[in-house]
Amino acid sequence: MKRPQVTVIDYGIGNLLSVCRAFEHCGAEVLLTTSPSDVDKADRLVLPGVGAFSNGMEGLSAGGFPEPIRKYSRTGRPFLGICLGMQMMLEASEEFGVHEGLGLIPGNVVAIPPTATDGKPHKIPHIGWNDLLPPTPGTDWNETILAGVSPGTAVYFVHSFAAVPASPEHRLADCDYDGRVISAAVKCGNLYGCQFHPEKSGEAGLRIIINFITILNL
Amino acid sequence: MSSIRIIARLDVKGSNLIKGIHLEGLRKIGNPNVFARGYYDQGIDEIIYMDIVASLYERNNLLNIVRQTTEDIFIPITVGGGIRSVEDVREALRAGADKVAVNTAAIKRPGLIQDISSKFGSQCMVLSIEAKRIGDRKWEAYCDNGREKTGVDVVEWAREGCRLGAGEILLTSVDREGTRKGFDCELVREVSTGVMIPVIASGGMGGFSDFAEVVESGHADAVAVASVFHYGEITVMDLRREAISRGIKVRNVEA
Repeated sequence: MKRPQVTVIDYGIGNLLSVCRAFEHCGAEVLLTTSPSDVDKADRLVLPGVGAFSNGMEGLSAGGFPEPIRKYSRTGRPFLGICLGMQMMLEASEEFGVHEGLGLIPGNVVAIPPTATDGKPHKIPHIGWNDLLPPTPGTDWNETILAGVSPGTAVYFVHSFAAVPASPEHRLADCDYDGRVISAAVKCGNLYGCQFHPEKSGEAGLRIIINFITILNL
Repeated sequence: MSSIRIIARLDVKGSNLIKGIHLEGLRKIGNPNVFARGYYDQGIDEIIYMDIVASLYERNNLLNIVRQTTEDIFIPITVGGGIRSVEDVREALRAGADKVAVNTAAIKRPGLIQDISSKFGSQCMVLSIEAKRIGDRKWEAYCDNGREKTGVDVVEWAREGCRLGAGEILLTSVDREGTRKGFDCELVREVSTGVMIPVIASGGMGGFSDFAEVVESGHADAVAVASVFHYGEITVMDLRREAISRGIKVRNVEA
């Protein structure tokens, strides 16, 4: 059987090795690319990323990626943004001034409040394992990248800013950081974003990656 | 409260996992990859590899261990010991590390913290501080694996490191390291409440109550465990179970 093909965008930001390795471990054939022309040809597209929003968008723009990604997003083929990659799917971020994002999903990226809901300060960045929770009791994870993942499964986060989708229907999973509800995963058709790092979330993360490369319709 | 991370700290010399007391008097324990895999299977949250010799030659050994580990272990891996430059960081990341822990080189040139965090993101830059108590609520930062004094005040240095872009602090008590007499909770509390970023407490874990104490009174965000794990006295699962029974939130692996 032909291995599922995954195209990972390399726009000069951060460490892509663990992302590529995890996808390969899950059976994918990974093309790591710096060329926007590969985006159009991709079966499945992955946008990783760490660091500041503006640096990420500058990197994407310098590589000529934003338009090809927007065009790809309208094809219905699977897309996965990871961490900063998910945040850049939204319309804008307030990290170090207001910066425009890719606008694949309506909403913004805002700073995680520096206090818990009880008013006590908590640590920023939010680093560590936190539980994936359904945003509403009726949220169905079947036939999404979270298929087979039980509510309450912990995954690994590291971030200081968080996406706030404008529409509740785009929230696939949340997590609770000292009472602050954070959007942990988003979905809009076949466009997915994970605030956490599936490539660093042990067996649960690998399950999510396998779902992305196998169960989504092409 | 957010989840407290349980981290296995593996000190490495050459190709061996070793353990000492006060960062000295080293004993060989075994193959680090075998230990790392065992901890992963038990649901460890992260792994820290620390090259305690930190020579250029030894680093290649360490990076080979990291390469092997990250082939089938998918949790955050931190590498420390002998990281002196942005190029060293790049090499460690290329081997599969997610974060680097920097001590000596950052003391010598604090701007390195900024260089690393702006190049690779602050999530990658762990400031490693080796602290030795020198008076009442006063600690001095040491470097070269607890061998060299620096004259730098630990709490001030932690704040400065945070300002320069460190994403986490790995705080090792030289006095308690390898002794199993419990963590220096006062040290951990002073640093943890003095900075915004998470603090990993290291050095002194002997039993469950030490873990609970450094979390509850020391406000540690993560706890690094070495000897008691390596010698099999406490398993990762035991520690997790015990933490939960004491009302400490740890990663939920059963869901």
